[in-house]
Amino acid sequence: MTLPFTMSRRGWTLLAVLVPLLLLFAWVAFRSGPLAPVNVTIAQVEERSISPAMFGIGTVEARYTQKVGPTAAGRVTMVAVDVGDIVVAGQLLAQIDPIDLDQRIDAAAGGTARSAALEQAAVAQIADANARVVLARSVAARTEELKRGGWVTDAMVDQRRQELAAAQAGVAAAQANRNAATMDRGRLGAERSALVEQRANLRLVAPHAGLVVRRAVEPGTTVVAGQAVIEIIDPSQLWINVRFDQTQSAGLAAGQQVRIALRSRPDAPLSGIIERVEPMADALTEEVLAKARFTITGGLPAIGELAEVTVALPAQARSLAIPNAAVHRIDGQVGVWVVRDGDLVFAPVRLGAQDLEGWVQVLHGLTRGEDIVIHSARALSASSRFSIVDALP
Amino acid sequence: MISLAGRDILHGWGKFVLTGVGLGLLIGVTLSMAGVYRGMVDDAQALLDNSRADLWVVQKDTLGPYAEPSSLTEDSERPIQAMRGVAQAAGVTYLTMQIAHGDKDVRVMVVGAEMGEPGLPGQPTHLISGRQIVRGHYEAVADVKTGFAIGDRVKVRRNFYTIVGLTSRMVSSGGDPMLFLSLKDAQAAQFQKDSDAIVRQRARTDANPQLNPPGNPAVAQAVAAIQSGNSNVNAILVTITPDADPDEVAAAIRRWQRLTVYTRAQMEEILVQKLIANSARQIAMFLVILSIVSAAIVAFIIYTMTIGKIREIAVLKLIGTRNRTISWMILQQALGLGLIGFIVGKIAASLWAPFFPKYVLLLPSDSILGFVAVMLICTVASFLAIQAAIKVDPAEAIGG
Repeated sequence: MTLPFTMSRRGWTLLAVLVPLLLLFAWVAFRSGPLAPVNVTIAQVEERSISPAMFGIGTVEARYTQKVGPTAAGRVTMVAVDVGDIVVAGQLLAQIDPIDLDQRIDAAAGGTARSAALEQAAVAQIADANARVVLARSVAARTEELKRGGWVTDAMVDQRRQELAAAQAGVAAAQANRNAATMDRGRLGAERSALVEQRANLRLVAPHAGLVVRRAVEPGTTVVAGQAVIEIIDPSQLWINVRFDQTQSAGLAAGQQVRIALRSRPDAPLSGIIERVEPMADALTEEVLAKARFTITGGLPAIGELAEVTVALPAQARSLAIPNAAVHRIDGQVGVWVVRDGDLVFAPVRLGAQDLEGWVQVLHGLTRGEDIVIHSARALSASSRFSIVDALP
Repeated sequence: MISLAGRDILHGWGKFVLTGVGLGLLIGVTLSMAGVYRGMVDDAQALLDNSRADLWVVQKDTLGPYAEPSSLTEDSERPIQAMRGVAQAAGVTYLTMQIAHGDKDVRVMVVGAEMGEPGLPGQPTHLISGRQIVRGHYEAVADVKTGFAIGDRVKVRRNFYTIVGLTSRMVSSGGDPMLFLSLKDAQAAQFQKDSDAIVRQRARTDANPQLNPPGNPAVAQAVAAIQSGNSNVNAILVTITPDADPDEVAAAIRRWQRLTVYTRAQMEEILVQKLIANSARQIAMFLVILSIVSAAIVAFIIYTMTIGKIREIAVLKLIGTRNRTISWMILQQALGLGLIGFIVGKIAASLWAPFFPKYVLLLPSDSILGFVAVMLICTVASFLAIQAAIKVDPAEAIGG
């Protein structure tokens, strides 16, 4: 080797400085920045059993809620129960002010009595009219007798006949009066009964045994027809009104076992069962609604509390599965990056069920034992240089 | 043939190398500054790349969702999905906020994306560990720059989210790392008020006789339900079918849905030309000044190096060395200095780049440009020194 100068100690020292510098430069140029290979982790496609699961959230609701309120507007005079009370069927909950209802009942009672008196008067009038008929008939018969003897005129006979007919009409009128009085008594009696019924309706009573959860108004408040004064639930019948994303709700059915984590006690999950899947889904939120019944342990959960519901579907037969981190979509195709002969190849795949740990079934597109890229430091392309590492970052 | 330059360098190599290293650090700073600028532009590009969208549909007449607030109803995506040329359409929300992590706050951009099927626009493009979101709620994927680890539980507004995956280079145009949530969670995070605000709102509603008319208590309840619910998104990300033309699809959406639509090119312009324009120009200005200063310093170094050797050059002239040989020696030394400077600068810039809080992108093309510039500056600077060397009187070697 001919050097432009004889290699002195200085020359060697200079080289000792420059060569590592050049090496470092080369390393920096090709191992960092955009030209550096992308670090990836790979795994082999393996067979495993996927236990798909669905995850939804919902709120605790009472299956039966009774909102007790008046059927007509009125002022609440008394509320007999408070939130947390247990009530039995028929128990008085609240009372609406009857205002003049009692007086109207009294008036109706007075009216009935008056009708009865009028009826009695009509009966007496009938008796009086009957007596008049008897008298008129006997006078008329006698007058006709005298006429045959020529003692009275024809005019006299006609007058006596007219008196008889008038007495008979008086009987019919008195009978009609009595009928009218009887009917009137019936009507006023019915009116009074109606008022008594209305009076009873102002007593708000529990239609079922249950727990008072809401005392909406206090005495003195005016409420409208249908407005709830007291709300009662059946504490033994609670369920979760749960919502599942529509894209992940395939296979949801009544009777499936669920695990319920209440927000107040996430570490003590409850077990439950899907009572029904609602036929109507929520079109706006794109969710499927279902009701999950559960057994209450350790105190009543708050109505309206948030709950997470996990439905575990039966485990599927062992099949090829990959972590979902490996799945990408490139140019509209779902696939994974496969390492074949040291090169990256994008293999389109068809995916099946997915579990909550992120494993997803591969139905088509991969074979067992193939090396696929799971994680990568950057998004990959077919021309990416890559280097396989055990873990990132 | 004897290399004059080589001999001279060897004579005082320590000084030469140290000068080169000093120069290199200066070049390193310049390269880093170029990297900061590139990184800034790349952050904006990364935001667009990560969303994997061809079109951005936003509220009418806004520059949303990155440069301006934009809000449109979630179900606007459905008619868009049915249009010709549209492959996928998915709602997305963006919200920059502080999240407590341990005893410090982390500033993140919360991204809500539809997680139903893999590869929908808006989802993280790649993971460096963990998995993608599977549950519809309460799971999150974070950029590694947030400092979160898999299994961490972070609180966003009133809910806790478990970090299930980590990704990288997923940042907002401001460089804030992203936190991916499912769309519904992100909507809740963006639009849900805190409990106190909700309670106060209810009280306000109850006190308003128009919203709470006496004799009809159901109205106030309905108003409260409307006030607390929200199904808005900031934008709809649309991918188009391979045979469709983005401009045509955008025009159709603009015409028939009466919404504002941006194509990738327009979005890039909004982000690069409008959103980061000022800070990028600031950096570019600084870069220009730094380059001029570097060039001046290189020129001074070479000039003083030559002036320091003026007596030796006079001797060379005295023994009959040709001017060309002397000029070549000076040029060689200048180029050598530039080379060492560039190498040291490139190494330094690459080594300290990862420690910058924001992304620093050292493009190979920038490095090559830098190398050419350094060599050019060194050549020009050496002319000054050569001029001085040629003018020197050989008598100076024996005089003074």
